[in-house]
Amino acid sequence: MAQVMGLTGDEAIAYAAKQSKVDVVAAYPITPQTIIVEAFSEYVHNGEVHSEFVCVESEHSAMSACIGSSLTGARVFTASSSQGLALMHEMLYIASGLRCPIIMGVANRALSAPINIHGDHSDMMGSRDCGWIQVYCENAQEAYDWVLQAFRIAEDHDVLLPITVNIDGFILTHALERVEVYGDSDVDKFLSVRKPSVEINPDKPVTVGALCFTDYYFETKRQHEEAMRQAPKVIAKVNKEFEALTGKKYGYVDTYGIEDAEAAILCLGSTAGTAKAVAKELHSQGKKVGVIKPWVYRPFPTAQLLKATEKLKAIAVLDRAYSPGAPCGALCSDIQSILFENGKRPRAFDVVYGLGGRDITPSDLKAIFEEALEVAKTGTVKEPLRFVGVRE
Amino acid sequence: MSKTAKPGWKTIPIGGILLEPGSAVKYKTGDWRAFKPNVDQGKCINCLLCWIYCPDAAINRKEKFVEVNYDYCKGCGICANECPVKAITMTEEKR
Repeated sequence: MAQVMGLTGDEAIAYAAKQSKVDVVAAYPITPQTIIVEAFSEYVHNGEVHSEFVCVESEHSAMSACIGSSLTGARVFTASSSQGLALMHEMLYIASGLRCPIIMGVANRALSAPINIHGDHSDMMGSRDCGWIQVYCENAQEAYDWVLQAFRIAEDHDVLLPITVNIDGFILTHALERVEVYGDSDVDKFLSVRKPSVEINPDKPVTVGALCFTDYYFETKRQHEEAMRQAPKVIAKVNKEFEALTGKKYGYVDTYGIEDAEAAILCLGSTAGTAKAVAKELHSQGKKVGVIKPWVYRPFPTAQLLKATEKLKAIAVLDRAYSPGAPCGALCSDIQSILFENGKRPRAFDVVYGLGGRDITPSDLKAIFEEALEVAKTGTVKEPLRFVGVRE
Repeated sequence: MSKTAKPGWKTIPIGGILLEPGSAVKYKTGDWRAFKPNVDQGKCINCLLCWIYCPDAAINRKEKFVEVNYDYCKGCGICANECPVKAITMTEEKR
């Protein structure tokens, strides 16, 4: 039976990890993720969960301990943010390369310098190519739901990849929201004990992390790509089973009002919530706008996004991370690249916003929608890359 | 150098894991070689200096002369450099 709780995004993630009965948590505190591991350590202290909680001296060690644990067949969870995620960078590739289905809550935060603890996507985008599946959430409910689903997806033998569940720093990590949580027995039914792909057996020893040079490295990377290609099928299956259990419908891409829209905002995470509210208001004025929010950013939902954008004339892509010197932000770059070879090609322009936690307001989003409608009307993009919300 | 075809990505164990212990011996590092040592067995005085100096233990002792184990010789040329009677010459590998 579902029950309603007041939880922050961080607490929702910790609660989901508890109900997932993780065997090992190795983590290091960092704002704005700290509440996740604090809450989890309380569960351990109170005996609510029988996980091995490893207090490590750095995020590099945290991920190293997670990898070792995961390779023994354990279900492993951790959380990090910003500088911590950057310090883990080396180990992120090892976790995915060794095909460890670790789940990590990432509280998205700006990267130094200047030092800043507030929300943007620079941290995850900085580790974008680490080979992990990456999910972005709009609210605490989605964070809770995706953590539960992430274990199922990651541990599937056709996938065996780690997953980050991303929530915007402070906006989601620290804001108290209404979250529907499911009963422990329901979660148990959905999420059984992990079945490792390689059994740890002293009579049948294996070597992990051996040298792999010019003759096998490339093949190993091609296998990794195959796991990314298999993931959508598994994600769809898990989404469907999750819906049967909870009534909550997930997928690769969430949309709002795009059926008859001419222009849309495409963004990740919590900004989609504000954008939907603004789109609703503009709808009531007869303006044809919509919102597209990829839940899953890696593997990139190419087919679903092409479908979602096929009737549009203009897309404003919102990047909450900045790639210095690049033609545009990472998300817009991906969108432009899938549209390029597509026959029906709406005009797309990039909006870099919200760096270091700068608010994106309904009036900002309204102006972006108006600009997108103008592009839809004229077919011309005046400014392919713009910065919204920064003082001149 | 081994010319046998190596398995592709569809058949190798995932994540570079090795399912059998002690498999390093099967890793024929000889195909890294750019220069190949050739022993002139008529000139070889069997002093075994090359056998001592070889960093990869890729010199095999025979009764009257030495032989190179091409499965593991990486072609560093130390043997040719140390040979006091110039019985070992290095020639470029042709692939």
